[in-house]
Amino acid sequence: MSLLTVDKLSVAFPGHVAVREASFSIESGETLALVGESGCGKSVTAFSVMRLLPSNARIASGRILLEGTDLLSLSEPEMREVRGAKVSLIQQEPMTSLNPVLSIGLQITEVIRRHEKLSRRAARARAVELLDLVRIPDAHRRLDDHPHNLSGGMRQRVMIAMAVACRPRLLIADEPTTALDVTTQAQVLDLLDDLRRRLGMAVLLITHDLGVVAQWADRIAVMYAGRIVEQGGIEPFFARPLHPYSRGLLGARVDVDADEHYSKNRLSEIPGSVGSAAGQAGCSFAPRCPVAEPACRRAVPPLVALPDERAVACPVTVVLAGGPHGAALR
Amino acid sequence: MRMGRRVATTLRRTAIHAVPTVLGIIVLDFLLLRLMPGDAADVIASESGVATAESMAMLRQHFGLDQPLLTQLMNFLGHLAQFNLGFSPRYNMPVVDLILQRLPSTLLLMVTALALALIIGIAMGSVMAAWAGRWPDRILSIVVLLFYSMPGFWVGLMAIVLFSVKLGWLPSDGDMTIGADLGGWASISDRLQHLALPALALGSFFVAVYARLTRASMLEVQRQDFMRTAQAKGLHPLLIQLRHALRNALVPVTTVAGMHLGNLLGGAVVTETVFGWPGLGRLALEAVLARDFSTLLGVLLLSSLLVIVANLLIDLLHAWLDPRIEPA
Amino acid sequence: MSVQVDPELEVPVSVDTGSRAAPRKHRRLRAFVRNPTFVAGVMILAFFVFLAVFADLLCPGDPLDMVAPPVLWPGQDMAFPLGTDSLGRDVLSGLVHGSRASLVVGISAAAIGLAIGMLVGALAGFFGGRIDTALTRLIELFQTTPTFILVIVIVAIGEPNLETIAMAIGLASWPTVARLVRAQFRSLRESDFVMAARSLGYSRWRIILQEILPNALPPVIVAASVMTANAILIEAGLSFLNMRDPNIVSWGGMIGDGRDQLRTAWFLTALPGAAIALAVLSLNLVGDGLNEILNPRTEP
Repeated sequence: MSLLTVDKLSVAFPGHVAVREASFSIESGETLALVGESGCGKSVTAFSVMRLLPSNARIASGRILLEGTDLLSLSEPEMREVRGAKVSLIQQEPMTSLNPVLSIGLQITEVIRRHEKLSRRAARARAVELLDLVRIPDAHRRLDDHPHNLSGGMRQRVMIAMAVACRPRLLIADEPTTALDVTTQAQVLDLLDDLRRRLGMAVLLITHDLGVVAQWADRIAVMYAGRIVEQGGIEPFFARPLHPYSRGLLGARVDVDADEHYSKNRLSEIPGSVGSAAGQAGCSFAPRCPVAEPACRRAVPPLVALPDERAVACPVTVVLAGGPHGAALR
Repeated sequence: MRMGRRVATTLRRTAIHAVPTVLGIIVLDFLLLRLMPGDAADVIASESGVATAESMAMLRQHFGLDQPLLTQLMNFLGHLAQFNLGFSPRYNMPVVDLILQRLPSTLLLMVTALALALIIGIAMGSVMAAWAGRWPDRILSIVVLLFYSMPGFWVGLMAIVLFSVKLGWLPSDGDMTIGADLGGWASISDRLQHLALPALALGSFFVAVYARLTRASMLEVQRQDFMRTAQAKGLHPLLIQLRHALRNALVPVTTVAGMHLGNLLGGAVVTETVFGWPGLGRLALEAVLARDFSTLLGVLLLSSLLVIVANLLIDLLHAWLDPRIEPA
Repeated sequence: MSVQVDPELEVPVSVDTGSRAAPRKHRRLRAFVRNPTFVAGVMILAFFVFLAVFADLLCPGDPLDMVAPPVLWPGQDMAFPLGTDSLGRDVLSGLVHGSRASLVVGISAAAIGLAIGMLVGALAGFFGGRIDTALTRLIELFQTTPTFILVIVIVAIGEPNLETIAMAIGLASWPTVARLVRAQFRSLRESDFVMAARSLGYSRWRIILQEILPNALPPVIVAASVMTANAILIEAGLSFLNMRDPNIVSWGGMIGDGRDQLRTAWFLTALPGAAIALAVLSLNLVGDGLNEILNPRTEP
């Protein structure tokens, strides 16, 4: 049984649907990268798993199974037992995701004391260990500091310490390094990867940076306009992206043996925008797709399972690849 | 230790900043009062009914009113350096003594009203924010808007009608029962009962101010990323609101609380008149009517000082509430 | 090596193209009409303005004249539906005529305060440097002195008539506006369109009056309604303390007169107070409505 199974999840906001029938799963201990442009629904998907959506959003349908329990069926108090203990969250902006007026010691110990019966003293000792674990020098002196005393990278480490404090099974990292400079980025991701191994947790890594995906993820799921259009292991994906959108994403990287269609195309050169997908029938990507056929504009292509534990939601590609469960790709 | 240093720096900075303000106020108030038609000699003369040119001149000479303006100002500054605010011809006693006699009851009234306003206002604002757009918010918004619009002294008068005249629960005049020889708890309870209605009247407008501000501020905080972080820890919503939201929301509320202190003191003039409260506000009014400039100048000066001191306290409160505020 | 998906790729559906520009004025207008807070405030305010303008037609005669037996309760004699006070004066007539004093003082005091405040704030914010430092000091000076006491002192210097009272309130309440305008000018001074105007060699006054001022106005307009409301409250307090023109009826004065009968005829205090509260409420509603319309903020 997978650690987390998201099954046909749809999330609606007034006036638009942010996530449409998204399905994916994460195994214990692995890192799944959820990739897409901003506004494609990947953060909404992540927040759905924690059931921390904005008040005007509504989960329209679907199931979210964590170790077999449907999180959507839990009461709010039951859900609070899950948050921070089994599933935890790291947000994008370390400058704003820590409370500016509370000491970092308090912010770390409050999650420990929420989920484990520990004295104030023991929780503080644990917080020092955690700060050591995330490689913050002079940990015991840092406890009484406030977030404004720390650099961006240090703050994100504090966020990580808080997130792993209760040894969660799943860590959701929403663009954890976007706000950091490149060197710090690598350090923070290395740390995250190291902790994943040591604590045996799975990571749902939300990012738009394919370089990050290539280096730190085990599998990838690509999202476009609220739908998952392709998923699979990292190696086959980077060797041969299937969905035309994935190829567009990789345009600048894959420039030798791919179709001439994509050879010089960066994604930003794909004509149109996600916005143009709103309210039309068929494949959302069709208006921007270089290989779209008339059928693409009539019905939404389903996510079709392929060999190599891959899946893609594009009939054209599936045919090219030899059909579902067909022969190995060229 | 870090806290101690910050407090010291804040104190020093505010003190340095306050000196020119105080000097400016002294000069401004002094000049303003010299613009007033008539002086204490006129008032005393007209009250006694006998006013010869000679006795008037004597009175003026006695109070130093015949000196040139600049000399009077210099004399005043000189006396001020020795904490001497002059002599009140009206009350026939030194202004300092007069003010010190009235100061405690005004402070008691102001602090009580401010504390009440802050507690009730912040509580109401938080409730309104928590139920934003739904019926508890709508009903409280109307109540708050009414308090925001009613003159405080009228609220006081209506409270007298209800609580003193109709229900007979609370006294409506003075700061204690005169002649009743009360001791210990009975005395404290008596004083609290006398305090209740004036504090309510003086604080009513500010309840509305703080409630509106807290509501806006709490709604603003809800949008911050750290609120989602707190939720993601599995904390109880009440704890999140109290620990994570409120403390952030209080920073702008206390700023405005500081800005309104002058208004609170101004409101005390009317409130003290309504309730026969023996405080500085009434002293100020009496001094104006009696053209008792020494006393009026003293009261004006002291009220400005009170505002400065109160702002200093607010600065310290800020330094505690928001560790980002670094003393420059 | 890292390949970024351009986060800006998703261009928001383009807004405000030429086709929309034309009906913009209507849109603005509709925003006013559709805001219930604003509409309610304007309607109550219009009611008071109506009373003030047509007071002589609605209730002919001097409201300070004795017209009936003293202390008639409301409803006791339908000729005087709201009763009479201890001197036999018609309460209804007093309320109707009293709206004049409140509105005249409120509006002119706010106008005086706005004029001084905008001038000081604009100068401080636009020129900065020493002018700013000096003016900021001046603002602080006035803010440290309790407004109401300052008003009392200024009224005592002059005669207690409507002009003096309005002047006194205006003189004591300008610092708030000055702070607001100063902050606006400071931020707008650096904006692109002001830079452009400067590079075109426009004169300072032209930049201040034509470029910055119109853009600084929205919060000032909101402040204006709040200032008028506060001025009415201050005027009521002054009249209550008997610092008023004895020949003009005012709501605060009616409360002051009725206070002696508080235990026996509390309606003499209640009614004028309710009138003050309603008038101030209307201005606060207008202010809140204007704030929602002019400074729209998305609320969750």
